[in-house]
Amino acid sequence: MSGINESGWRPEMSRVGEASAPATFTGNRALMLEEPLIFEIGTIGTTGVDLADSPKVAARLGGLERNRDIGLPGLSEGEAVRHYTRLSRQNYAIDLGFFPLGSCTMKHNPRLNEKVARMKGFADVHPLAPAQSVQGALAVIHELAHWLVTLTGMEAVAMSPKAGAHGELCGILAIRAALEAKGDARSVVLCPESAHGTNPATAAFAGYETENIPATPDGRVDLEALQARLGPDVAAVMITNPNTCGLFERDLKTISDMVHAAGGFVYCDGANFNAIVGRVRPGDLGVDAMHINLHKTFSTPHGGGGPGSGPVVLSKALAPFAPLPFVEKRGEEFVLIEEESAGDHHGSSFGRMTAFHGQMGMFTRALSYILSHGADGLRQVAEDAVLNANYLLRSLEDVLDAPFAASGPCMHEALFSDKGLADGFSTLDIAKGLIDEGYHPMTVYFPLVVHGAMLIEPTETESKAVMDQFIGAMRSVAGRAKAGDVLLKSAPHFAPRRRLDETLAARKPVLVWQEPEQAVAAE
Amino acid sequence: MSRYFTEEHEWIDVDGDVATVGITDYAQEQLGDIVFAEVPASGTQLKKGGDAAVVESVKAASDVYAPVSGEVLEGNDALEGDPALVNSDPEGEGWFFKLTLSDPSELEGLMNAAAYKAFVDGL
Repeated sequence: MSGINESGWRPEMSRVGEASAPATFTGNRALMLEEPLIFEIGTIGTTGVDLADSPKVAARLGGLERNRDIGLPGLSEGEAVRHYTRLSRQNYAIDLGFFPLGSCTMKHNPRLNEKVARMKGFADVHPLAPAQSVQGALAVIHELAHWLVTLTGMEAVAMSPKAGAHGELCGILAIRAALEAKGDARSVVLCPESAHGTNPATAAFAGYETENIPATPDGRVDLEALQARLGPDVAAVMITNPNTCGLFERDLKTISDMVHAAGGFVYCDGANFNAIVGRVRPGDLGVDAMHINLHKTFSTPHGGGGPGSGPVVLSKALAPFAPLPFVEKRGEEFVLIEEESAGDHHGSSFGRMTAFHGQMGMFTRALSYILSHGADGLRQVAEDAVLNANYLLRSLEDVLDAPFAASGPCMHEALFSDKGLADGFSTLDIAKGLIDEGYHPMTVYFPLVVHGAMLIEPTETESKAVMDQFIGAMRSVAGRAKAGDVLLKSAPHFAPRRRLDETLAARKPVLVWQEPEQAVAAE
Repeated sequence: MSRYFTEEHEWIDVDGDVATVGITDYAQEQLGDIVFAEVPASGTQLKKGGDAAVVESVKAASDVYAPVSGEVLEGNDALEGDPALVNSDPEGEGWFFKLTLSDPSELEGLMNAAAYKAFVDGL
């Protein structure tokens, strides 16, 4: 089969400034290997395992049995291993380099966490194992839950939600259950303009209408507008703190008091808890529910490296409605509460979020991180994350427009806009230029309240040397975008693929591989 | 027929009690290449300021708000197959939906072309 995928677009392979380099027979460039799709290299009839033909049996599917090959590519084990290893070498990962994605908290995943998670007693447990045989695993869940409620100053924690947005849903469902228990049918959830897109999506999924709360010019919630909108129809306000502009919502306590006075609840999006862990307890600010991204604040892998985990801490008012199951310690024994029981403080549970306990592998990693840092170490995590972000902000604000730089220090992430770039140059060009410099780009075009937003989050795990090199690269690329360097418009020049046509990919996505002949016929 | 504009960058053509709604040239320019548009089904009741349609570009997904209240007569089905119409002809073929006005007095306070131009120049 052809080595070219003609079923869809593929950028041309020529590279600027390399006209004098010889073309290679394979298309490879030394150890930069060209890799076709698995469908293009596989052949019917090749297999990794030899099995005897199955005996003929009479089909009993009433004529619905498959009558032709499904066309899976066949490869030997060695070919399959090489294919995926080659693809993995074209990927970018936190273990390869600095990953400045704002809002994502791409911090180093300590190897101690991995060692603990691989211990047989944790790695090999089964969710249906009898509680007596997994006391150690239940103890880990119980201990982690204790740390999470202590660090947040809250009453209870639901451990089962599997990621941030799942945690949001858990919190909003608890709020709905609490309101319904009072016979209070409220219909609206308010979200700031700078909210993560998951906030309004969560509220809508839970059956609420969503409305925006405007921001003040300094990037924080507009208290007057919020007060004007609060009323008997508002079930909850969802607020991210620190917010997505990288700013601490100084008035959160006032906001909570206003919302509570109006009979509503306060949901805090805890995605940015890493900026305040050990320094601020959301419970003291009047928060009723907040999810904690273990895969952000507590260093468990994500972004393709592992699943998320989003436990939700709850206030006294919401704790009775938390989803099952719960781990409790009775005497010396850890028990898993899986059903509602009258007289128990889980009597009003709204149900379940998951079949089992949650992300056990993430619990062991997060607890390892917490115990290896201790209370003082966690406080320093927040301090260093904020220090690093401010170092980046102040090192770049003379070359990139920083819309909120004048309103004081930022928290864990630094926000820039595309103001001042040469005509025709955009945030996207800077992002693509960073790929040539060997970095994963920062978060672009989010939050929406800033034009051409660039959001950079260094996390506490990057050294000054790493940040200085990144600052140098950013200053160079930003300088080219301001000077109108046309070569930047066609970046990246050195990546395995040149600039992709994102518009065509979105308008006419090719989601299913087709034989090249068919693809041509379909055009 | 008169054309009105909103601060949310929508235009409204009013012909009798029927209004045609779309997003302005400035809005499509800001959004960049439009890759998806979702328009309301006919019969949908829209409330002024409520969500009416969705427009998605390579940069972001945005809501299009109902600039006035009314019942949707038809959505522009052509946008489903060819969302690029919003880029190429935003204030013509790239319209989003038509509705029957339920309260024509809501048109008061919207901008005319000159006022909208001054508003955009000030951004």
